[in-house]
Amino acid sequence: MNGINGAHPDHSGRGSTDGSADFGGGRQPLGIVTSGSLAEGVHVRLDDGVSTEDVKIGTFVSIQGLQKRFLGVLTEIELASTDDGVAAAPPDMSSPLLAQVMSGTTAYGAITVEPMLTLDVDGHQPAKTIPPHFSRASVASDEDISAVFGDEDAGHFSIGNPMDMDMKLCLDIGELIKRSNGVFGKSGTGKTFLTRLLLIGILQHNAASNLVFDMHGEYGWRGSSEDVNEVKGLKQLFQSRVAVFTLDGESAKRRRVPVDYEISIGCDDIEPEDVAILKDAWGLSDVAADTAYSLRNRFGKQWLTTFLACSGDAFSELAKELSVQHSTLSALRNRLSRLRRFGFTTEGSGESGGRSSVNEILTYLNRGTHVVLEFGRYGNDIDAYLLVANLLTRRIYQRYVEMSEQASGDATQEPRPLVITIEEAHKFLSPSIARNTIFGNIAREMRKYNVTLLVVDQRPSGIDDEVMSQLGTKIACLLDNEKDTDAVLSGVSGSRKLRTVLARLESNRQALVFGHALPMPVVIQTREYGSPQSYRELGFADEAQLRAQAERDVDALFGPAD
Amino acid sequence: MALSETREGMQQGMQEDSQAADARVGEVVEAATSEFTAQCYALYDAPPLGSLVRCGEREPVFGIVCEASTQSLDPGRHAIPRGEAETREAGVFRSNPQLERLLYTRFRAISVGYRGEDGAIRRYLPPDAPRLYSFVSRCHARELAEFSRPPLEFIPMLLAAQVTAQDDVIASFLRQASAAHPDPYGYLVSAGKSLASALAGQTYRLGDILRRLQ
Repeated sequence: MNGINGAHPDHSGRGSTDGSADFGGGRQPLGIVTSGSLAEGVHVRLDDGVSTEDVKIGTFVSIQGLQKRFLGVLTEIELASTDDGVAAAPPDMSSPLLAQVMSGTTAYGAITVEPMLTLDVDGHQPAKTIPPHFSRASVASDEDISAVFGDEDAGHFSIGNPMDMDMKLCLDIGELIKRSNGVFGKSGTGKTFLTRLLLIGILQHNAASNLVFDMHGEYGWRGSSEDVNEVKGLKQLFQSRVAVFTLDGESAKRRRVPVDYEISIGCDDIEPEDVAILKDAWGLSDVAADTAYSLRNRFGKQWLTTFLACSGDAFSELAKELSVQHSTLSALRNRLSRLRRFGFTTEGSGESGGRSSVNEILTYLNRGTHVVLEFGRYGNDIDAYLLVANLLTRRIYQRYVEMSEQASGDATQEPRPLVITIEEAHKFLSPSIARNTIFGNIAREMRKYNVTLLVVDQRPSGIDDEVMSQLGTKIACLLDNEKDTDAVLSGVSGSRKLRTVLARLESNRQALVFGHALPMPVVIQTREYGSPQSYRELGFADEAQLRAQAERDVDALFGPAD
Repeated sequence: MALSETREGMQQGMQEDSQAADARVGEVVEAATSEFTAQCYALYDAPPLGSLVRCGEREPVFGIVCEASTQSLDPGRHAIPRGEAETREAGVFRSNPQLERLLYTRFRAISVGYRGEDGAIRRYLPPDAPRLYSFVSRCHARELAEFSRPPLEFIPMLLAAQVTAQDDVIASFLRQASAAHPDPYGYLVSAGKSLASALAGQTYRLGDILRRLQ
């Protein structure tokens, strides 16, 4: 890379007068380092000719030190002056000469840059020091970015461009799936869009199997976006590599969505843990939720059916036997009876023809097919979503633990990595239940068993701190609630400055990405998705190309038509 | 500065030697490291305030005129009014031709740089003070343009000098220098920035000087 070694900073202290001078490797000059600290970031006085209007928060800044090049993020922009009196008694700016002379000299712009990485011939490392006084700062060049984030290749997937740069920003998909990840943002900021892109990245690189609990039918067959009415879902793009499961066959038929399997949940499959996750949604007391465990101990596998059939004196007897108040038990029964009203719940164990829904999902996943579970009309019923996602995931978890233990260190026998995508994640991972639910377990330790979560949520503050801290890579769209911002940035170095960046993201198609799969935080402009051009860029042939290919194949098989 | 540029400067200087006689205004009569005083050959022939002048032949020193005065040669004999009967001021000198010999004009210049033996201009004090009786000439436009190229490193020397009308001297110098550059306004902006750096913390004064340039 140009100028990494041996290039001494220009200590003249003078900037270009027109701001257009080039500064090593095609970098646009910004100014010189005048003060700063590792904790607070370095202050760069903008060159005369570089206006504060020319810089934006979140921009990558490259600073050439004496021995290393530093790469950082612009976190603050300010107006400064050599004369304190200027603020109190501004000079008469009706004179254009005075205005021009004073801008950039007496009155100047300054920025704060948070150094993130140091670059040298050996690659990049986290910045453990800061550049010396008067080092030159410039806007990072495309080479700086690709040296740090890598190019789009077998292991990297582009999710967009760094803000204001015409180049691709790539995520290391291998690193991404090693840990649980999160996509956060207010409603309408593009979470679903980004999640769909991440899923496509994982699919394209064949890095893991995906199990998507698709609450609103956005991922499987077709989704919607704010610009284009309808965008292609994973099934349309990846065809046989994606299986669409549904809870609501009728809705799928109405929407003419081809479905691979219709899920049914047997009442006997519902366990007290499922009641625990519904506790908040149902407004149940802790005692009532715990009573489910007692019922399970009392009645065994068919506890739910037996309990719901219980009435009259037997019910009062049961309350006495379990040492709970009649009203508590009654409340539990009322809530549990809702479960039987779902169209997808069946009596018994829910196995049809000896095949349970869980086995069916696992068979697909082990084959390397990705599963999108659509909820159809239950998408708006949070009870159904929580129940099904929790129940299926718990069983899949058990199987993965078994498979991993059987493999016992033999890498070839280990189950294929699985990424489980859940929306409205705070309902599964709230502090009151995260320690007891399967999703809390996965977020904390399932990396060992090759299962990770992709958490999609608009209220990250509702997610347990411990779970948040375990998320490897976080993608944050605009969040304006302070608690949510705090939650997303907790435990990240330089979080105070990143908060400023996060609060100023555009409301759509911009996101702050940071964590394990990236060497440093970066603001991205999400890549376009939904236009024919975008599908081509993702490597999918459009209909004309497919038809042409089919004709070529037919010709190759049977010879050209006369 | 590039060598070719230096040589060009020297050649330029030699070519203009012939014109130097025309531009010559007087000789150094008092000299110190940081300033010199010249007496004009002709009465009232001092260069305007803020002019760039050159004195000496080997390693000529550049100075900026900061003060001029005209007085009697004999300190004991003060000038007295002589034109009561005259209708025009010129008549005073016509009627008293001896006045041209009894009065003299001097000007004081702050040393702001010199041209080294290699022909390159240095915008800082020369190692030696100018010699007495060195010839003092007005700088021609090209020399002024060359010397006044921003950044104006010599501004602090002007600001540190004991000069009564310091701000007027600076404004006058910048006005003359701007006329010697192809883009006078652009020159004033960049020279003004040098001045602004030197006058950090004195925004009002900076504004005052710049207003005199318009």
